[in-house]
Amino acid sequence: MKRRFRASSVYLLAVLALMYLPIVVVIVYSFNSSDLSSVWGGFTLDWYRELFRDRAMGEALRNTLVLGVLSSLSAAIIGTLGAVGLPRSRIVGKGAVEYIAMLPMMTPEIILGMVSLAFFSLLALPFGMLTLFLSHTAFCIPYVYMQVKARLIGLDPSLTEAARDLGAGESRAFFDITLPLIMPAISSGMLLAFAMSIDDVVISVFMTGASVNTLPIKIYTMLKTGVTPKINALCTLMFAATILVVVAVSLAGRRKTKR
Amino acid sequence: MNTFEKLRRKRSRSYTLASLPLVIFTIVFVLGPMVYMVILSFLTRAESWGVVAEFTFDNYADILEPVYLESAVQSLKLAFTTTIIVCAVGYPFGYFMAKLPEARRRLCVMLVMVPFWTSSLIRLYGWMIILRANGPLDSALMALGITDAPLKLLYTYPAVLAGMVYALLPFMILSVYSSVEKMDWSLVEAARDLGAGAVRAFLTVTLKLTLPGLMTGIILTFVPSMGLFFIADILGGNKVVLIGTVIQEQLMKVHNWPFAAALSVILMAMTSAMIILYRKVTGSKELEGAI
Repeated sequence: MKRRFRASSVYLLAVLALMYLPIVVVIVYSFNSSDLSSVWGGFTLDWYRELFRDRAMGEALRNTLVLGVLSSLSAAIIGTLGAVGLPRSRIVGKGAVEYIAMLPMMTPEIILGMVSLAFFSLLALPFGMLTLFLSHTAFCIPYVYMQVKARLIGLDPSLTEAARDLGAGESRAFFDITLPLIMPAISSGMLLAFAMSIDDVVISVFMTGASVNTLPIKIYTMLKTGVTPKINALCTLMFAATILVVVAVSLAGRRKTKR
Repeated sequence: MNTFEKLRRKRSRSYTLASLPLVIFTIVFVLGPMVYMVILSFLTRAESWGVVAEFTFDNYADILEPVYLESAVQSLKLAFTTTIIVCAVGYPFGYFMAKLPEARRRLCVMLVMVPFWTSSLIRLYGWMIILRANGPLDSALMALGITDAPLKLLYTYPAVLAGMVYALLPFMILSVYSSVEKMDWSLVEAARDLGAGAVRAFLTVTLKLTLPGLMTGIILTFVPSMGLFFIADILGGNKVVLIGTVIQEQLMKVHNWPFAAALSVILMAMTSAMIILYRKVTGSKELEGAI
């Protein structure tokens, strides 16, 4: 038994090592003073300095963050209200509505990009932050909806019933009982939606006009056309930010379960 | 009775009101574009720009041209190969991970989550550096004497495959993990007590109970892999042409929107078939353990 356990640990470690290999390579090369990625020319921080001087990059970063916050926030509101309301509503064809609302999660992103591009130009909407926001919200909603729905199914209905028996109105019971109970699901769905939004390339490629850039789009074009080692520095900083968020989230989760 | 009925009606009215934003948004920004895509796929392309409202099947007929047919076949091939490798690597990983002791399991989940949350472009770029001609991989292999000339793996099919597997593996691991984690192990013990060997118990009990997780992982791998054109773009140069690449090209460069729409309809049909298959196999409507 013990030996089998060890073999499985070796397997886990090997796959994890392979997962981290490309990330480690990027980090190492971000400190490489040679601008040829095949040669090691010594330690330098020049690429970071150059990165901070790049104003277009800063603007792309700002666009990405604004977009991520706005679309995950509106997805959280629309998705939560929908997950709570839709199953108990009297809307005709609510099953179909749910299915269509979940479609963005189950279709290849390129189709979403394609249909949004065609549809928004039919509506003559100017391509830029608005179209980005609408399409990102559409693919963020399913993540919140699914999480909240799963949480609601696991919820004890007698809790809200008790609140109502004690005289709480519909909205009071929702805000005092249901909402706090589904809050973890809302926040994890929203976090997931935010991560999807700030990492999206495929849909954004179709939605950005000539003037607006998001960070993933900027990196994508750089990878396609010509890479400067600056991109190593950018990727390293993004990775550091990711680790901070993941550690913070998992620490918060642990404290909650301990309590 | 009457007041009760009235109360219920009033309650469902507020629920209806709450779901309205979702209903409206879904109809306008998801259903609308999808319907428009289907309509567009039957329209005729205008001489220079835009479309003419003339009904035609030509766009679908055009897909049968060898160039496009080949890209569809290559997409399917890549999607299937990716999915099989992801299953083979990800299932044991998720399974072993769920069986780790508590503290190590937490750590392992976190270690899987970090690459998952990391921008896919960063990870792709790492592969670009590694696979580049005379890059770290070539130097390492040559130093070890395994190969004597650089492999020049970047901009080849294997590079695209590696990138796909790498990008989609976490989805599989996490789906399988959540399925195995909540499995009732006493059922496996019961099978063993009744005389089933380890392999038999695994095949008849464990595999069956974790099938929903495995199938979710398959969907979450297969569906995106049909459309991730940017991985093929970056790691495959222009040597690997996927259906996604063609759609993007038709939209952005050739401006033949009806044809791009027809391709999208076909792609959509293929992925829907996968999801219907999923429901048939697992008998469930939801994607289990979807993160």
